[in-house]
Order: sequence, then structure tokens, then C-alpha cells
Amino acid sequence: MSSPQSTRRIKVLVAKLGIDGHDRGAKVIARALKDAGFEVVYTGIRQSPEQVALAAIQEDVDVIGVSILSGAHMHHMEKLMEKLREYGAEDIPVVLGGTIPIPDIEPLKRMGIREVFLPGTSLRYIIEVVRRLAEEKRAREAETLL
Amino acid sequence: MEREKARRLIELARKGNLRAMGRLLTLLEKPGQESMWILEEMASQAGRAHVIGVTGIPGAGKSTLVSKLIGGLRRRGYKVAVIAIDPSSPITQGALMGDRLRMQEHATDPGVFIRSLSTRGLKGGLSLAALAMIEAFDAFGFDKIILETVGVGQAEVDIMHAAHTILVVTMPGAGDDIQALKAGVMEIGDIYVLNKSDKPEAQKTYEYLKFALEKGDIGEQEEGWTPRLVRVSAIMGQGIEDLVNAVEDHYKYAKETGRFERSIESRRLLLVKLLAERILYNILEKAAKEVVKPPNLTDSGRIPIAPLSLALVEETCRQASTTVKGKTILDI
Repeated sequence: MSSPQSTRRIKVLVAKLGIDGHDRGAKVIARALKDAGFEVVYTGIRQSPEQVALAAIQEDVDVIGVSILSGAHMHHMEKLMEKLREYGAEDIPVVLGGTIPIPDIEPLKRMGIREVFLPGTSLRYIIEVVRRLAEEKRAREAETLL
Repeated sequence: MEREKARRLIELARKGNLRAMGRLLTLLEKPGQESMWILEEMASQAGRAHVIGVTGIPGAGKSTLVSKLIGGLRRRGYKVAVIAIDPSSPITQGALMGDRLRMQEHATDPGVFIRSLSTRGLKGGLSLAALAMIEAFDAFGFDKIILETVGVGQAEVDIMHAAHTILVVTMPGAGDDIQALKAGVMEIGDIYVLNKSDKPEAQKTYEYLKFALEKGDIGEQEEGWTPRLVRVSAIMGQGIEDLVNAVEDHYKYAKETGRFERSIESRRLLLVKLLAERILYNILEKAAKEVVKPPNLTDSGRIPIAPLSLALVEETCRQASTTVKGKTILDI
């Protein structure tokens, strides 16, 4: 009993963590994801890891996209992953975009960040990655309770 | 999703598990087999929460106001849920939902649950999802459910009728008394909120609204309730207590007069109609594939509009009776 219009759409949370008001990038991404047909919840600037984790849970999103241009990404992402684990939501894939030094990428991935987008990454690529991560998560959902 | 899984999710949600609540809301958003069963289950546990509808013109400051309203209600000890409705693109069906942005200060409050909902391109889909979510939040034990939507379009007006208390939000300079006279969402308020009342033109707009209310041009006078007008500046945090008082007065009135129960009844009657409409619509889509196709289209080179639509209705009814007859919600 479903029609093509009513199928569940990919839902993404776009957030900025920490003391960082540079939201142009996050807004461009949010807009591009919307235009790709996704539902985007934008939580705005200066969010704490706990706010982002709880928003993602309440909205039941498929992917969390974080933008950080302040340089404090190691600290904030660590806290975000901690909060997600605390609320039993570590299965929600997290991606990060921003001015991230290349040597930080590996440690971030070890933390559990699924993908790091550096300046200059094409929107098309970002959309593709988000779609793939969302589809993988949906597939896992079918097998687990949450 | 199997029934057992849904049952366990409901159990977890009733115990306050946020992820289970989030997931159940997703299932209710997507009309389908399991959502009908979950909806039935939720509704059987609901009927207690006070539903507050917040509507008004775009840019009136609804989301900021809702955020302050959450704060005010929390100070009085209520658990608050919010359903924030934002439009989706008619072209890509995508949506950028930003209402939550203004309410994020409450994100970490365990007594607050905020959920965004996009309007979809689907007829009746918005109302169906929103009304189903009301039943769910009610069943989860929230005391106040705030339903925020742009007051444009019939679906939005319909949803507002599912609320116990309707807040219509406007702002200075949003129009004179003629605007206030126009039909639509302006007519249905129990409480009118003049937001941004720290602005210079606020006094003039306040006078207009007061006059329109006193004349009965806007707002429906009911036995025991006269629509109120409250001046607020959400961003400055002014007038919030007055607003919460007005909301609580209306709640008391609704409880005392039986309007509270009547409202729940009409909300559920609307759900019944929307759900039936959804089932029928899906059957119609299927029937259309059989009826509205090339051989039938070429009646002397012209598409026979009226005969074809009648044929479609006939086929839909035929299929509908075989689809639904003798079946329970579990088979559909």
C-alpha cells in the first residue's frame, strides 16, 4: 500500500559544532541535499555535540553531516561520537566537512567518521556519499530493532 | 517490519527511549501496512494531551515564539512535544527544514521532543502524518503537543482543526483591518498573538486587531470563550507569561466545557477520512493504469474526459470492494 510519492525520503541532519559562525558552506550543502530530493533538518550554528546527537535521534535521520571551520574538529567530533554512543545511536553515519588538515583525516576515520569532505569537494560527490550511507543504514535497519 | 518489532518499539518508547520514539514517528510518517497498525495501537493509548496549534503568516516569528512557549510550558512542569511543519519542494520533493533551528536551546531538555515534518507533494499526506504523530506523542506521555505550520492552504487549516487550542500569530505591518477580514486562517484563532510587538508600528496593528476582534470580524465567539489578543516579543522574551496564561485558560475552558473531548473526536474522525482517502487514492492510481490508457483515449481522436473519468470511478470502486471487503487492517 504505497505509492511512489509516499516512499520514505532520505533524511539528513546538517549541523555546525562549536564556536564557529561560518555557515555558508553548511547552507550550500543543505541546499544541494534538498535539491537532490532529501529532507534536510538544519540546526544552525553554535551547537553542542549533545544538541546534535539528540536532534539526530528525535528526527530519526539517516545521516549526520557536520561542518566545522574553527579548527576544533578533533575535540568536537570525539565528543559527538561519544554522545551518539551514549544514546545508542552510533549506527547513524556521520560525515564531516570543513577546513580539515590532511593528517587529521585518518584519526577522524578511526573515531568512526565515515567520510571527510575537504574544501573543493564536488556537491555531486557529497550527495552520492550521503545517499550511499543512508541506503546502507536503511538496509541495516531491516535487520535490527533500531 | 514485523509486528513483534513494532510492539517492542512501542514498549521501549513508552519507557522513554528516544530512539524508539523517533523510529515510530518515522513509521507513522510513511503511510503503509505497519503504520496503520501502529497508529491504531498509539491511538488506543492516547487521548490525554493538550494539542496547541500555532499558525500564521510566513515570517511572523512562529518558530521563535514556539521556542519561548516551550520554555514557558516547561516552567510549569509540562512535558512538551513539537511537530514543526515545513514546506517541501514541489519539484524535487526535497525539503530544508529550519524551524528546529530556533528551538535548539531545548534539544537537550529530556522533557522536550521536537520533530520536523515536510509537507510532501501528497494530497492529504501531510495531515495524515501530522495527525498520526499527535496520537503517538500523546501515547508517549507528553502533556502538551505543539503543532506548528504555515497557515497557507486547506490542509493546514484542516490540521489546525485537530488542535484543542489555536494560536494565530501575526506581526506589526502585516496588513490592516482589511487583511484581518480576509477569509482563511485568520478566522480560526482562539488566541491571537501579535509578535514582534517591540516594533514601532506595533501599537497600530494592535488597535486594528483589537477592533477586528471586538467586532467579531476575526475569531469565533463561543459559549464561555472570547478570543484573546496577546502582545508578545518572542525574541525579547516579552509577554510570554501572558501567552502561557492565555493558553492555560483556554485549556481549562476546553476541559470544563467538553470541547477537549469533542476536539479529540473530530481529530480522529478526520484521521478516519484521511486514511480511507489514502487507501482509495492508491487503488485509484492502480485502476488508472488500466483505464486511462491509449485504446480508451482515442475516441474519434479526442480524449473523452467525462466518460473516462466515470469509467475510472467504476473501476476504482470495483477494485476497492475486492481489496477491502472482509479484510482487517492487518491484511491491507
